[in-house]
Amino acid sequence: MSNTENQEILLKGIGASPGICTGRAYLVDKEGVNLVKKYSIGDDQVEDEKNRFKSAVKKAADELRAIMEEISEDFQEHANIFEMHIVLLKDKMLYDKTIEIIEEKKVNAEWALKLVASDIKLKFRNMSDPYFRDRAEDIVHVSERIIRNLVGVEHVNIGNIGKRVILVAKDLSPAETSQIQVARIQGFVTDRGAITSHTAIIARTLEIPAVLGVGDATGLIRNDDIIIADGATGEIVVHPGEHTLAKYVRRKTDYEHYRAASMRGSHSPANTADGVSIQVMGNIELPEEVVSVRDYGGDGIGLYRTEFQYLSRSDFPTEYELFDKYRDVAEVMNPKQVTIRTLDINGDKILRNSSLTDEANPAMGLRGIRYCLKKPDIFKTQIRAILRAAAFGNVRIMFPMISGCNEIREIRKLMEQAAHSLDKEGVEFNRHIDIGVMVEVPSLAIMADVIAKEVDFFSIGTNDLIQYTLAIDRGNRHVAHYYQPLHPAVIRILKYVSNVAEDKGKKISMCGEMAGDPVHMPVLLGLGIDELSVNPPSIPLVKRMIRSLRIEDAKLFLKDVIRETTTDGVLNQLQNAYGKILSDEMFV
Amino acid sequence: MSKMNEIFGTDQPPGTLAKDVLIRNELGLHARSAAQIAEIAQGANSKVEIVRGGEKADAASIIDMLTLSCSKGSNITVKVDSQSDIGVLNRIVALVESGFGE
Repeated sequence: MSNTENQEILLKGIGASPGICTGRAYLVDKEGVNLVKKYSIGDDQVEDEKNRFKSAVKKAADELRAIMEEISEDFQEHANIFEMHIVLLKDKMLYDKTIEIIEEKKVNAEWALKLVASDIKLKFRNMSDPYFRDRAEDIVHVSERIIRNLVGVEHVNIGNIGKRVILVAKDLSPAETSQIQVARIQGFVTDRGAITSHTAIIARTLEIPAVLGVGDATGLIRNDDIIIADGATGEIVVHPGEHTLAKYVRRKTDYEHYRAASMRGSHSPANTADGVSIQVMGNIELPEEVVSVRDYGGDGIGLYRTEFQYLSRSDFPTEYELFDKYRDVAEVMNPKQVTIRTLDINGDKILRNSSLTDEANPAMGLRGIRYCLKKPDIFKTQIRAILRAAAFGNVRIMFPMISGCNEIREIRKLMEQAAHSLDKEGVEFNRHIDIGVMVEVPSLAIMADVIAKEVDFFSIGTNDLIQYTLAIDRGNRHVAHYYQPLHPAVIRILKYVSNVAEDKGKKISMCGEMAGDPVHMPVLLGLGIDELSVNPPSIPLVKRMIRSLRIEDAKLFLKDVIRETTTDGVLNQLQNAYGKILSDEMFV
Repeated sequence: MSKMNEIFGTDQPPGTLAKDVLIRNELGLHARSAAQIAEIAQGANSKVEIVRGGEKADAASIIDMLTLSCSKGSNITVKVDSQSDIGVLNRIVALVESGFGE
């Protein structure tokens, strides 16, 4: 009889940061990393503890009042949110209840507050009306502010992890991931999250393997279970047997050799075997990631996602805050190019302070440029910041979710206004920057010949283009397998746009996930893509693959590919023509 | 119209006053309106409660009221524990009836 307790279990998630780790699982709190320490207090300490709590609340209220005073005229509506938070700080259910728990349970204030806040959050999260459900966020904001004052940020850490573990969590917030002690973490496994989520970015920056979006890792893995996480394939093995362990030890060694070999060539240009130079750039989300783009030999930034500064806060960033970060990136990369994409909010990056959360179909809702054009003041603030940063480096601007000409014309008008106002104020800026559009919405691809007259470059955002072209929500596991980058329809639509770009003399780049997978290089080179922008750790791998290919061959290969009628047909072509090169050059 | 119904049930302390009222503003009993009720309730001598479908909330706590999830069209009962708080009761009822001045 087999012992089910220790049977190998194979789980599959998204490989979000390559590398292989084997170790003990460390499960963190349901609510995220358990950052709050719990300790008992003596009877004589109760009064002190209550006072400590009261002064932390008072400090929180003072901080909020100070923020309110600094809010600019444009964002007065957000002052109301802070006003509400100030009232909530003293709400009976939160304030009085926490004091009660300190008295009754004789525990420290942080822990008492945490208990009270989780309880309230849970109540709100179970409500069906989205307005009330979202009030949980207010409770999070308010209680986190108090806890910060109680703990002092520098003391917050996962201090009780004594050995190198693999962190298993439902999800990790930016604050939590940034406090992780690298020396103690071998890898990340989370239930939620995607390749673009904050945890993935941090993991790739730190070069720690990460498997995200596993679904129910926290339900299936127990504390101290031995697990293997493969951040390249997204596989997780729980209770691995000896054979599996040995297999992964070999795989880990192979992977390390492979990386070392790829890294050696990462700073040389990516020239194809027949001498055509392809620009391989990096995608970034945090300004700090510029460092890894440079380290991995990136030829520039092909996609600077700007949402991060708008998240995890309840007001909007000021022009100066934005400009300051953009300038940093532009200066560090100079003279290499930095492509800044304007605010692209979407389903997994919802602005806390907007009421967009209740859309039935967010992927097709008020997102990307649609949101920005609806909020021209917020948009203009960002455009001004970008034009100002453009005075400090080689900056170009790119707009997401464009569906046709009108939007570009409207944007041009707003850019004119922004430039005019900067000019009048005598601020240093550069109005002569290249303007590009993300090719994501099929209507834009179909109109590419017309759009080409209005813009300087195209950048293909494959994730959304594929999702919209094939009408597939990749997050929906019932249909996720229909999401196929090499679907003939996707290749045809790409072919059309690249032909237009060539005809009209416009640059064409690709910044979606498709660009980061070396497997796709024969197709992408055949299509005539000029620039690829990928997650920084993929730069050396993509460059390596490009060097082993010839453009002339790839163009001929594409003629065969375009005649294929199914994805399987395309894959067969790829396997027949390039199978040997692909398996030689890639770590799979 | 709200109707006055004085309750002298065995489970209610004598002196309890209650009035039913309909939430008529678009946003329902949301944070801003709850804050207005709480401000009045905090001035009461006795306990002030909002009851909806058998669930009770402390009218001095915004959070507690929010957990009742009262959207537009909900019927709520406002209750005070003491006759002396009839003024508080009437002010809250009037506030709800006015749609919180929205």
